[in-house]
Amino acid sequence: MPDHSTTTSLMPAERALRIIGSDLSESSLTRHLDGLPGVDAVGLEARAAALGSRSIKTSSKAWAIDRIISLIDLTTLEGADTPGKVSSLVAKAITPDPAEPATPRVAAVCVYGDMVPDAVAALGAHHGDPDEGGIAVAAVATAFPSGRSSLAIKLADTADAVAAGADEIDMVIDRGAFLSGRYGLVFDQIVAVKEACRKPDGSYAQLKVILETGELNTYDNVRRASWLSILAGGDFIKTSTGKVQPAATLPVTVSMLEVVRDWHRLTGEKVGVKPAGGISTSKDAIKYLVAVAEVVGEEWLQPHLFRFGASSLLNDVLLQRQKLATGRYSGPDHVTVA
Amino acid sequence: MSHLTIPKTYKLYIGGKFPRSESGRTYEVSTAGGEFLANAAKASRKDARDAVVAARKAVDGWSGTTGYNRGQVLYRIAELLEGRRAQFVDEIRRSEGLSETDASRQIDAAIDTWVWYAGWADKYVQVAGNGNAVSGPFFNLSTPEPTGVVAIVAPQESALLGLVSVIAPALVAGNTVVVIASERHPLSAISLSEVLATSDVPGGVVNVLTGSPGEIAPWLAGHADVNAIDLAGAGHLDWVDLEIAAAETLMRVRRPEPGVTAPSLERIVFFTETKTVWHTKSLI
Repeated sequence: MPDHSTTTSLMPAERALRIIGSDLSESSLTRHLDGLPGVDAVGLEARAAALGSRSIKTSSKAWAIDRIISLIDLTTLEGADTPGKVSSLVAKAITPDPAEPATPRVAAVCVYGDMVPDAVAALGAHHGDPDEGGIAVAAVATAFPSGRSSLAIKLADTADAVAAGADEIDMVIDRGAFLSGRYGLVFDQIVAVKEACRKPDGSYAQLKVILETGELNTYDNVRRASWLSILAGGDFIKTSTGKVQPAATLPVTVSMLEVVRDWHRLTGEKVGVKPAGGISTSKDAIKYLVAVAEVVGEEWLQPHLFRFGASSLLNDVLLQRQKLATGRYSGPDHVTVA
Repeated sequence: MSHLTIPKTYKLYIGGKFPRSESGRTYEVSTAGGEFLANAAKASRKDARDAVVAARKAVDGWSGTTGYNRGQVLYRIAELLEGRRAQFVDEIRRSEGLSETDASRQIDAAIDTWVWYAGWADKYVQVAGNGNAVSGPFFNLSTPEPTGVVAIVAPQESALLGLVSVIAPALVAGNTVVVIASERHPLSAISLSEVLATSDVPGGVVNVLTGSPGEIAPWLAGHADVNAIDLAGAGHLDWVDLEIAAAETLMRVRRPEPGVTAPSLERIVFFTETKTVWHTKSLI
């Protein structure tokens, strides 16, 4: 008996129509994704290790540290989040180091959807596009972090956050559907969520698609999921929720950057990458900057194309910044908590 | 049949692990007669930084144990030292050129010092603390609390006894320690690390760096996350500069002392801060 699901046509996403053609269906999508070349896992890990072994000194390090800060999505995603905690997070986003006013601001604050009004209120006039010196508000949506709820709830979750003023939506894909091969379902959900990101003025909140690579098991799956998310219209592909181990790793991020590079070569479009979870030291973060510059190019090192999702990274980077400024090692008593 | 000599390359002791120096450097340790004895890791400023991070992580756990428990853990180290006595005697003899009797005397004194300090762990608070008389119906109690991370430049001579006499008092109150071992005689410090690693002392409570105190001490003295520095064995360095660097971050400083210091309660209390609490007297 033929599996009728494979002939189901999909939501008409513009990118997928262009690449796969007008016969866009679950079977043509599956054929396309299964036709992607496999990832050489050993080669990928060796490449990531080589990129991570660069020695970055003095003036390059100072540049890297400031750049890392301006690429951070300062994040709090706890069940215990309160409006007070969000407003102290926002205060830290605006003034990362009170003793050093020249410290750059972070790109965005990332909170749960129901905390968006608090974040927007706390930001006040600072709320805006990071390219214009503002700080954006990103909200996780679609039943983050598991993604286990009906599409109607996921869309309502997204629309709520956008209506409350979120500039960016971090959605999770349905890993269960992806792993059982129902690519069409994952695809349709991303397309639908993207549509839910539409603001009243017709513009769209930037959509970051979280693959949760720690649950995808293989680099081949990461490549397929990245490609699928881009085809469905994702503006960013993001590694992880931060709630599952392993979260972001350098090899996984390099493989996602390769997809973004290939997409750019194929179409000229630039898609962003956001590693999240587990990056807590400047040393690690610098390795990611090197990987981005080497794989896709330095032009990706800007807030609309690359982000770090992190809660504790900022403090470590500030300690390194203080060390460069004073010549002395600093300590956690000398940075603010957020 | 003669046994092939295996020249050893020792490592650092940071956070309960034995890493090589981040810099990859080593230096040769010689016997008193100038013959090759072993290679030791030559710690860099980044190793010192890593050691401070490890020590800071360990503060809550170690200072949170009861004094009674800390005393037992410290006493257990003395027991382990006793068990490895022959190894220490051999190392002290070869490294410092002492006679068997003098080397034995040094390890005896080191064990006695551990035991002496271990005994103070659940007693020093009663002696150094106070019930203060105040003009109101309140209990007013001052008690010593550990200051946090203590950096130590160990005495350069009498390597084992000197080392024990500076790290034990800092540990008693619940501080964690980053110690720079004697540059010429680091073997006793390395063997002591091995003892600590197999004892009940949690990783990160004692961190041992080998290498040049002249190179590492300034980084520890200027480190904003170090609460106190004991310059016991820094007499040969430009220690006034270290004291100035330490003042920048309001670090507690203990100046160099010649030779090995005798056990004293004052050394324990030096690395503490006084906490005073008020409590109402009459609730009836």
